[in-house]
Amino acid sequence: MVSSVPKDSQSVSELKEFYRQMVLIRKFEEAAAKAYSVGKIGGFLHLYIGQEAVGVGAIASLTPKDYIVSTYRDHGHALARGLNPKPLMAELFGKATGISKGNGGSMHFFDRNAHFMGGHGIVGGHISLAAGIAFASKYKKEDSVTICFFGEGAANIGSFHEGLNLAAIWKLPVVFICENNHYAMGTPEYRALAVKDVSVRAYAYDMARDHIEGDEVRKVRDHVQVAVERARRGEGPTLIEVSTYRFRGHSMSDPAKYRTKEELDAYKKKDPLMRARHELELGGIKEEELDKMDLEIQTQIDEAYEYAETSPEPPLSQLHKYVYAEDK
Amino acid sequence: MAILTYREALNRAMVEEMEKDPLIYLMGEEVGHYQGAYKVSQGMLTKFGEERVIDTPISENGFAGIGVGSAMVGLRPIIEFMTWNFSLVAIDQIINSAAKINYMSGGQFPMPIVFRGAGGVGGRLGAQHSQAFESWYAHCPGLKVVCPATPKDAYGLLKSSIRDNNPTIFIESEVLYGSKGEVPEQEYTIPLGLGEIKRKGTDITLVTWSRALVFAEEAAAILEKEGISVEIVDLRSLRPLDENLIYESVKKTNRAVVVEEGWPVAGFGAQIAYLIQKNAFAYLDHPVERVTQLDVPMSYAANLERMSLPNATRVADTIREMLQ
Ligand SMILES: Cc1ncc(C[n+]2csc(CCOP(=O)(O)OP(=O)(O)O)c2C)c(N)n1
Repeated sequence: MVSSVPKDSQSVSELKEFYRQMVLIRKFEEAAAKAYSVGKIGGFLHLYIGQEAVGVGAIASLTPKDYIVSTYRDHGHALARGLNPKPLMAELFGKATGISKGNGGSMHFFDRNAHFMGGHGIVGGHISLAAGIAFASKYKKEDSVTICFFGEGAANIGSFHEGLNLAAIWKLPVVFICENNHYAMGTPEYRALAVKDVSVRAYAYDMARDHIEGDEVRKVRDHVQVAVERARRGEGPTLIEVSTYRFRGHSMSDPAKYRTKEELDAYKKKDPLMRARHELELGGIKEEELDKMDLEIQTQIDEAYEYAETSPEPPLSQLHKYVYAEDK
Repeated sequence: MAILTYREALNRAMVEEMEKDPLIYLMGEEVGHYQGAYKVSQGMLTKFGEERVIDTPISENGFAGIGVGSAMVGLRPIIEFMTWNFSLVAIDQIINSAAKINYMSGGQFPMPIVFRGAGGVGGRLGAQHSQAFESWYAHCPGLKVVCPATPKDAYGLLKSSIRDNNPTIFIESEVLYGSKGEVPEQEYTIPLGLGEIKRKGTDITLVTWSRALVFAEEAAAILEKEGISVEIVDLRSLRPLDENLIYESVKKTNRAVVVEEGWPVAGFGAQIAYLIQKNAFAYLDHPVERVTQLDVPMSYAANLERMSLPNATRVADTIREMLQ
């Protein structure tokens, strides 16, 4: 592991914050996995474990007025946006206190105030929604930027191409971030992508591109920041491919037998959390301090779990609510 | 009262609404420089500029998604499908995004978007360009579905659709674009979910919407000469549905026929027939009948198309049989 040592106290505290967020995501999802295995969470549960540095790094380049559009693998993005783990966990449990009032579930976190524009379940369908949000920013002459996460599997669907083409011809302030974890469910990228490097597809739309490794959180932030600033200057969209890996199966029901243990172990050696921890130690942070931080986060997650468990289910009267917008 | 064509009425509604609210924009293929594939947006580019009358590439899924995303953050898009036949490549955005985001976010994102364009059957356009899809969209909760038949209704209903905070499927009749009718000079709206008795009668109720109203009216005129008095209920919107208007009419006439341009299987007429037997059973002297397009894709051949389309003769025959 090539380590980049944080040089000054500012970069140490920044990295510490990134580390905190990544641990929060990891522990949130470990708790969610536990709840799922005992039947407290239903449906699909797609974990982000292993990919934390991508969401945390990318979202760190945004301001509160910017927008985030996510997929069904949305827990990490929501937490990186700073959303409170309590309503997120409650959403997983299908409770009234959930971030989407229990109507959404794991795949559909939404928070209007935080400009968190939803987890979306149709692969690639949200890519043109993101372009639409960016279109609105441009229309209203606000300098918000939208970032849109998706997997390499989504890069093969029509919505991806239509969304990118429209964003490019209209120079929309949007950054497309392909989190390439090398598998779309059980399909490895070499069986799905005619050209392996997703980011080169940007050439087809005369769009800026970038390609980075996703295990180093500050590097992700730095690269995404360049694209966000480009978008904010009105110079149009960027397609960034971030190479990463999910340590778990596609969802909780997937034992991930299609990949070797050796491959998984190799990627686990590049665990972004371990990397950040190591760099913090090199920057002078004591192990005990980090352990203490881990423990505090665990307590926070335990509280979220408890909150979710003890929250009431949505009232039955909610069933027909929200089908249509409430009149003013 | 001015005499306007159906297309002019739609144009006037959009222009007036866009003049009032800068958040409304019109987007679609050929809506701007070409002045609209069916000229519904004639003159709008000059009036509002390229920022609000936006030509797109052929990219239905993409620009439907742009519309939905922009509506999430407060714009009020009018998305024109050149015809509803092509909306099928955008149906994912319409149903999986537009219809559901408010619900699955627990009410956080109203969806003030209108999808509109030419629909309906006929004109020797063949199987891919001659289809009525309102039943498909009416199937889906979260959408509103509007199908005006007259210039007056087109104007008032389009204005309501644009002002609505929900996704509206506004299906215009391609065949009726040039048809003329009286449209009040003064601004007005027609609430969604309010049908209208287009003709009063005592012997039988015809329930219909959009261009099938024409067949219904022709049939009623033929039957009048034979002493049969037909009442015509024009639903105008399928979602929300003016159920009581149907029941009140059936209570008076004791018989009902649904006339529609779409296919019969799982079509909207089947839903209406179900509702009538469920809610007005005691008043029925005859099972509810339907006159629809036949259960085949549309043929290009003139004779086969004629045979396939619903028409006044078929409506009149059905009614005569029911009254025997
Ligand atoms: C249009 C569509 N087709 C299929 C699916 C089922 N599905 C859900 S996730 C997935 C794999 C997507 O992989 P990728 O885009 O690489 O994202 P990742 O899960 O790796 O984050 C599939 C096939 C879907 N949700 N939507």
